[in-house]
Amino acid sequence: MKKPYQSLEDNSTNNMIQVIYRQLASKIPYLGLVILLTFSTSLTAQEGDPVKGKTLFNTNCAACHNLDRPMTGPALRYVQARLEEEQGLGRDWLDKWIRNSAGMVKSGDAYAVQIFNEYNGTAMTAFPQLSDQDISDILAYTATDPPKKEEVVKEDGGGDDQGGVSNKLILGALAILFALLAVALVLVRQTLNRFAQEKGIEVAAKDKSLPIWKAFVQNQFLVLVTVIFFLLASAYFVYGYLSQIGVDQGYQPVQPIHFSHKIHAGDNGIDCKYCHSSARVSKHSGIPSLNICMNCHKSVYEYNGETTDKYNKAFYDAEIQKLYAATGWDGQNYTGEPKPVKWVRIHNLPDFAYFNHSQHVEVAGVQCQTCHGPVEEMEVMYQHAPLTMGWCINCHRETNVKVEDNAYYTKIHEELSKKYGVDKLTAAQMGGLECGKCHY
Amino acid sequence: MSSNKKYWKSVEELNENSSIVETLKENEFVNEIPTDEFLGDKDTLGASSTTRRDFLKYVGFSTAAASLAACEGPVIKSIPYVVQPESIVPGVANYYATTIADGFDFASVLVKTREGRPIKIENNNLAKTHNSANARVNASVLGLYDSLRVKGPMKGEAAISWDTFDAETNQKLTDLKNAGKEIVLLTQTYASPSTSKLIAEFKEKYGNVRHVIYDAISESAALDAFEAKYGTRGMASYDFSKATTIVSVGADFLGDWQGGGFDSGYAQGRVPKNGKMSRHIQFESNMSLSGANADKRVPLTPSQQKQVLAKLYSLVVGGSAATDLPEHINTAVQNAASELKRAGSNGVLVTGIQDVNAQTVALAINESLTSKAFDTTSPILTRQGNNEAVATLVADMKAGRVGGIIMSGVNPMYTLPNAADFAEGLGKTELSIAFSMKADETSTVAQYIAAAPHYLESWGDVEFKKGHYSLMQPTIRPLFDTRQFQQALLLWTGSDANYRDYIKDTWGTSILTGSSFNKALQDGVYVGRIATETIDTTSSSEGSTIDDLLGASTSTATAVSGGSAARALASSAKSNGMELSLYTKVGMGDGQQANNPWLQEFPDPITRTSWDNYLTISAADAASLNLVNEHVATGALNGSYADLTVNGNTLKNVPVIIQPGQAKGSIGLSFGYGRTAGLKSDMMTGVNAYALYQDFNTTQNVSISKASGMHEFACVQLQNTLMGRGDIIKETTLEVFNTKNKEYWNPIPKVSLNHEETPVTSPDVDLWDEFDRSIGHHFNLSIDLNACTGCGACVIACHAENNVPVVGKEEIRRSRDMHWLRIDRYYSSEDTFAEDDTKKEEFSGLSGDKGSLGGFAELENPADNPQVAFQPVMCQHCNHAPCETVCPVAATSHGRQGQNHMAYNRCVGTRYCANNCPYKVRRFNWFLYAQNDEFDYHMNDDLGRMVLNPDVTVRSRGVMEKCSMCIQMTQKTILDAKRDGREVKDGEFQTACSAACSSGAMVFGDINDKDSKVAKLKEDDRMYHLLESVGTKPNVQYHTKVRNTTEA
Repeated sequence: MKKPYQSLEDNSTNNMIQVIYRQLASKIPYLGLVILLTFSTSLTAQEGDPVKGKTLFNTNCAACHNLDRPMTGPALRYVQARLEEEQGLGRDWLDKWIRNSAGMVKSGDAYAVQIFNEYNGTAMTAFPQLSDQDISDILAYTATDPPKKEEVVKEDGGGDDQGGVSNKLILGALAILFALLAVALVLVRQTLNRFAQEKGIEVAAKDKSLPIWKAFVQNQFLVLVTVIFFLLASAYFVYGYLSQIGVDQGYQPVQPIHFSHKIHAGDNGIDCKYCHSSARVSKHSGIPSLNICMNCHKSVYEYNGETTDKYNKAFYDAEIQKLYAATGWDGQNYTGEPKPVKWVRIHNLPDFAYFNHSQHVEVAGVQCQTCHGPVEEMEVMYQHAPLTMGWCINCHRETNVKVEDNAYYTKIHEELSKKYGVDKLTAAQMGGLECGKCHY
Repeated sequence: MSSNKKYWKSVEELNENSSIVETLKENEFVNEIPTDEFLGDKDTLGASSTTRRDFLKYVGFSTAAASLAACEGPVIKSIPYVVQPESIVPGVANYYATTIADGFDFASVLVKTREGRPIKIENNNLAKTHNSANARVNASVLGLYDSLRVKGPMKGEAAISWDTFDAETNQKLTDLKNAGKEIVLLTQTYASPSTSKLIAEFKEKYGNVRHVIYDAISESAALDAFEAKYGTRGMASYDFSKATTIVSVGADFLGDWQGGGFDSGYAQGRVPKNGKMSRHIQFESNMSLSGANADKRVPLTPSQQKQVLAKLYSLVVGGSAATDLPEHINTAVQNAASELKRAGSNGVLVTGIQDVNAQTVALAINESLTSKAFDTTSPILTRQGNNEAVATLVADMKAGRVGGIIMSGVNPMYTLPNAADFAEGLGKTELSIAFSMKADETSTVAQYIAAAPHYLESWGDVEFKKGHYSLMQPTIRPLFDTRQFQQALLLWTGSDANYRDYIKDTWGTSILTGSSFNKALQDGVYVGRIATETIDTTSSSEGSTIDDLLGASTSTATAVSGGSAARALASSAKSNGMELSLYTKVGMGDGQQANNPWLQEFPDPITRTSWDNYLTISAADAASLNLVNEHVATGALNGSYADLTVNGNTLKNVPVIIQPGQAKGSIGLSFGYGRTAGLKSDMMTGVNAYALYQDFNTTQNVSISKASGMHEFACVQLQNTLMGRGDIIKETTLEVFNTKNKEYWNPIPKVSLNHEETPVTSPDVDLWDEFDRSIGHHFNLSIDLNACTGCGACVIACHAENNVPVVGKEEIRRSRDMHWLRIDRYYSSEDTFAEDDTKKEEFSGLSGDKGSLGGFAELENPADNPQVAFQPVMCQHCNHAPCETVCPVAATSHGRQGQNHMAYNRCVGTRYCANNCPYKVRRFNWFLYAQNDEFDYHMNDDLGRMVLNPDVTVRSRGVMEKCSMCIQMTQKTILDAKRDGREVKDGEFQTACSAACSSGAMVFGDINDKDSKVAKLKEDDRMYHLLESVGTKPNVQYHTKVRNTTEA
């Protein structure tokens, strides 16, 4: 267990191998935390297991409670100790409360009523299924000390900078070297010439043949061919330029809130259609309304995943705060003044083209990524596909229609298969290339 | 060869020594160019801060900026909800059942909303009555987004807050109450149980309160007659599907007669089934929709109509009537009477004469026939107005006897013939409040404008017919700071309830009898027990009930017996000179939607004229008065102006249209036009016919004189007759239809192949190769010319669904109308279309008696009383489409599902396709119609654009467009089925027009589904294709029109 720690010490003094250990270095604090937890566990082992407790806490309590800040219910760190100190209430009271808080409020228990009123009369869900040991575990978890805010290890950045400078230095040095070499060669040549002159050797003058450009100009055929070549080439580029007008592949605007699809769809594996639910029934995939965001962000108020320098924890937490501001929440209070988010629309199909998400997503079962690219890897969303008609048509030519288990297709599939002599039908064979299917 | 021609500038050049010639040689321009005026002004130029270099810099910079800006894509922002409502998914439409009740139009409707915006009105098929949205109801959604709506309460010109409004009006109302002065509530017909209850409560609180119900276009005569006979203030309800013989004397029951909504029942009886269809005889003076659909139409003047009715009474019921009708009318009346008698209980008679006696006679005739189509147990309640009450009110106001007046849903300053009297009276009131969506003629002269919400933002309930209830619910949050009349009443009565709870309470206690309010709200309609109970009792003891009713009627003092009414009617029918019949147009109704560009551009089904009302006059009368219609060089129609005088009131400069079928000695003029306040200047069209609507009588004796100048009409159809081309509208008579086989009356056209007659449907004579369309869906639209009444609901529904732009009067005059769906109306040139065909067949040679030159010229003129046929025409979606072959850029192509696709973004605007289309259904965008100040209609303001359907492209300038067979709707139906993993059921596929068609004339579906309705219709004997001889193989089918000409 000690070795990695040791290597960190090494690391700080040795820049040469820092690359290998950089990842590890960032994980050291967590590791430290685990060690810390392990030790503290052994100290309070007779009460409960905080590791088990954490799991139980996350499944049962985390929707309404946090260790360090009040949410729907109060903050729970050191709850047992605090109760003991401040109210003189013991474990019995806690057990009763957890298993049947409503009953306690009804029975008129003073502190129970106080808590109930303090939290807007929201009754806590009863957990009669929790055993004594479970409660002990949870309480053990709540009794753990908060992880110390670790100093952010800074030395990595320095290394990076140095690397950059050294590369430039090497390149610069090489350039100077080559320049010196060239100068030296010129000098050598001059010196040799001088020697030759002094010795009276006639340096053979070059044949005054026609320069190549004049020869070129005189050859009219060659000029014609070249002109034609250049005309064709420029026509090619002009055509290329014109045909990309309005094609915004790679369009990656800055959004008012830095929403990372990578974190949501990638790291957390949230299904696309959880947020973009209208894709199932509508022509629009829909930009989720903010109440969808708040389903999770009601309790997810900070970011604890991987970070980079640019996108660090403070950055992400600030973005979450922007969401709260947009929904009209100011810290803990509802201001009643939501400020709807003006997202920048990325995929802009022209008005004369009709596209229906539900047809593709629900009927055809096309994966979102087919058109939108690796969204789950996109820190900043961009337009993956060109969204040109050629691109649509190609897909319609190549993609088979999903006819299985769909009574709509049974008859037409049978008849068309017979007609074309194939088993699988492409969207094109089904009539998916007709103008009027998309343009009306 | 270069030209040696010498060009002479003037005769002076002949004189070689002329000084002028010398000057001309020296100077390029004869007159000196005044450059010095500009450049010589050193002071101004020197004082300018822009130097030449600066100027060049600016030019360079702006060019560079413009080109750079063109390269950058715009940054588009998307703002999602903070808390998304559960029921709203962006991109998915929600439907709400609600009810329109604007005092003129009453209907149960479904409202399609997208992202919370109502964008389209559809029929509520759950409703048993008033379930068909007409053109105006379909267009009413645009009224919600009217940019001229009042945005909040106003006092005079100044905007005030509702708090101020409440404080001031409460104070004034209390003062009036304490002073014992009368408060008048002048409202439209609400037919609302909750509103009635609320008004009763208001009366209770303020004591001296009078409630006057005012219908702009009164049905008072019918109401009075019905009330006297049956005790309820309502109108008999008619179900024309149960009638085999329909006689109408001046009743345009396919239009707005007694509230309208009878066309779907009528159409059911018109489709020949088992060799039978209804027979319809129409006596009328104006050419109306009903007259156009009739099997026999007799034109006569309004006073003759009264005699006809009296005579019919004497012939059907008994008694005598002294009439002096011309011989041909007399015969027609006798025939009609004998047909009615033969039909017995299957016959029905209706009349539109605004006379209590006439209405009493009509009721008596139907009673005596024991007509099945005639129902008095469940009377229609959507008109409640009382002429006398309104007249008394105006008199009282003028005399200063009214303390305060609160108006809602009415616009008397526009709709009253004596508007000046009303204005004077209004000035004498201490409090005047107008609940209005607009600063219109009335609300601008009232003290307060209480900004009222649109019906799509309001709560409400309606009892259409006794026992048939309907609920109105908001489909969008109020766009402006508005308050509905009922909510204000609640506040004035001191209640703090909101109107929704009030309705729920009223329904819970007196209507629902235990049923769920939420269910009723979801359905939009509720049929109460009162109705079913009444029906039960009548079915069990029908005879006795009717006897009782008859007994009651005779015992009532005010009730007049049919016989005496008929005699009174016959004697009252006096006329001297010209008679004017005022009527309502399908497009404009009573004129409250005059600021609706869809309705302004909607061509009248009969005259096919948009953006106007006009005097309709017979050709003979026009000739004698020297009134003319003529076509100018562009083909557009111009007409003379005439001045009309009724009892000393003159309406000046009324444009004149010569109307085939107009009875000699009668003229017609429609209401709804000539508005002056609360609408855009483009919509201030036509003349105000209400000025002539004296004593609420639609018929007036009138004197007419020609005025100077010519009026420019915007007609969408300039060729009025079929010219004997019987293959456009195929027609036959019921007799032929029943006795001859299909080849006789609906033959497939033949062409010559190797000197052999070959049917045009044969592949041998086809220019195109046939594609296999047997797999998947193959859409067809079927149009039954027998069921189509020409009402035009489909035209507006198409507008709303497909973002069809409004182009304005000037463009329509240039034949640049954009309607994807038009309803062609044809007149026969001879008495019938069949005679036209015969006449054309018999042409021989160019000139002479039977020469084709003169003959065709004659065929261009419609007959005095022509047969009329309607034919909705949209893109025919030809399987062998001529437009597709000529498109140089393949912008229009064919789909496997039978639709002819149009890719707007591919179109370069050559218009070859339009030129090659035999049906002339393609429309070209000559201009950018959206966001263009030159076309200041709904697509030019942010509010109006909210009505656009987000699933359909808004077309830009320079592209061709046309009916897409609502491919966005069929695609959605298919997608829904795919998502559910099921097959599409018959009836699920709809287009905007077929969904809007309540008469069942338009049926849409998949002909590859052999069990579908449309597939069966395709095999029907009556089926034919438009211009079949061209060989285009259209996917729109028409069904031969059958006329029941069998005279009794």
